[in-house]
Amino acid sequence: MPEWLIDLLIILAKIAVVHGVLLTGVAYSVYAERRISGFVQNRYGPNRVGPEGLLQPLVDVIKLLMKEDIVPEKANRRIHAMAPGISIVVALSTFAVIPFGDKIELFGRTIQLQIANVNIGILYILALLSLGVYGITLSGWSSNSKYSLLGGLRSSAQMISYELSMGIAVLGIIIMTGTLELNKIVELQYGWKWNIILQPVGFIIFLVASFAETNRAPFDLPEAEQELVGGYHTEYSSMKFAMFFLAEYAAMIVASAVITTLYLGGWQFPYLQDFGLPAIVTSILQVLTFSIKVVALVFFFIWVRWTLPRFRYDQLMDLGWKVMLPLALLNLFITALVVLLLN
Amino acid sequence: MVWTLQSVLFIVFSVVAIFAAIMMVTRRNPVTSAMFLIVNFLMVAGIYLLLQAQFLAIIQILVYMGAIMVLFLFVILLLNLQDERKLTEKITYTKISGILLSILLVFLLSYTVYYGFYGKYSGMSENSESIGTAQELGRSLILNYSFPFEVAGFLLLAAIVGAVVLAKKKFE
Repeated sequence: MPEWLIDLLIILAKIAVVHGVLLTGVAYSVYAERRISGFVQNRYGPNRVGPEGLLQPLVDVIKLLMKEDIVPEKANRRIHAMAPGISIVVALSTFAVIPFGDKIELFGRTIQLQIANVNIGILYILALLSLGVYGITLSGWSSNSKYSLLGGLRSSAQMISYELSMGIAVLGIIIMTGTLELNKIVELQYGWKWNIILQPVGFIIFLVASFAETNRAPFDLPEAEQELVGGYHTEYSSMKFAMFFLAEYAAMIVASAVITTLYLGGWQFPYLQDFGLPAIVTSILQVLTFSIKVVALVFFFIWVRWTLPRFRYDQLMDLGWKVMLPLALLNLFITALVVLLLN
Repeated sequence: MVWTLQSVLFIVFSVVAIFAAIMMVTRRNPVTSAMFLIVNFLMVAGIYLLLQAQFLAIIQILVYMGAIMVLFLFVILLLNLQDERKLTEKITYTKISGILLSILLVFLLSYTVYYGFYGKYSGMSENSESIGTAQELGRSLILNYSFPFEVAGFLLLAAIVGAVVLAKKKFE
């Protein structure tokens, strides 16, 4: 086989594996959400289909596929159909730059465990996060419903506000490491030099902003059931609704992966490289470490949702502009000062 | 002209960009127009990538698609324009002069593109790969162009202060 064909096949294989794992993860995080919320609220949650209800996601998908697809009469049909697609494409393609392991040697080839190693990885993530708002805003507008429109408007205001603090929080890491490449950022977090220890304030800001960006409680105002029925996806049904659901959970997993990569050392297990294990075992353990960190963060996302009540809209804006943004700027200033003095 | 992957991609990006630009101007529905403008921005970002300017490409997506167009859409949704279909067009002197100027611009651009492909400046310069990176761009902004850079920063600051003042006035 020619060289380029092998390279292409490797890339396609990586894309297929990542999507498979990610979508399975999405299905099971929905299940996890329902079981954990059941546990928090002292009830069972879905436990009938399969052992402990483990086949529930499969049944849910079949149910959603069989439902009637209803589009409101005065909706803008094209944009109405397009919006869930935009949401899910944006959520899934963010994963392209996330390194989920170190390089591995297989059959005499070095394979990077990352779909695309671009040298502006952080900016790519921020750019795609900023596009996530389109799916929600357009679905809100095209449904031609007051609830949906309010949800869409709320989400665009919320996401723009929190993107700022998010971007400025990441700048702290960029100043420290001097690179925009996610791979290098993970490599620099060798041993216990995780960025969460070096940048605790930045980590908290990024975490809170991630909750707002993924529209998760306590910042789930775009869909606030008690006020807006369902927010931007009120007028969606069947598979289109399922796609929004999928996009929300995919965004949550991707946000966890981004936080892991930037602040929690990515695939680094402290000093694993020095244990003297065979290379392939080390690689597998690294991928496993990455997955465990991501799963733990997803659990944290779910845990917070069933623990904290929702913010009021003005409180949300106050927190974003009057607390998070000044804090992020201060963090940036102090980081820059320390880096300047140490050099 | 040589048919490489780059030139094929360039033609695809440009054709889609021009198509989106025409659709943007001719559609009546403001949201549809905004969507086509977004497509146009995306294609321009693709062309930046072909020119090895990754940083500029990603900033194009981040700033224009991610921030400015979201605000545009936000305003369109808030205004909730209903009667845009009833608007009639009047031909005025500004429009005629605008048409003439755009024809001139088309000639100028085609001349430039023609020379880009066939003239002595065709192809990319040797250090084009390093120019587009964030490091190089930052270095030349701070070292060679620090004055215009600071002036632009000051202008943006003035605009922010102006926006805050305007917003405060409305609430008092």
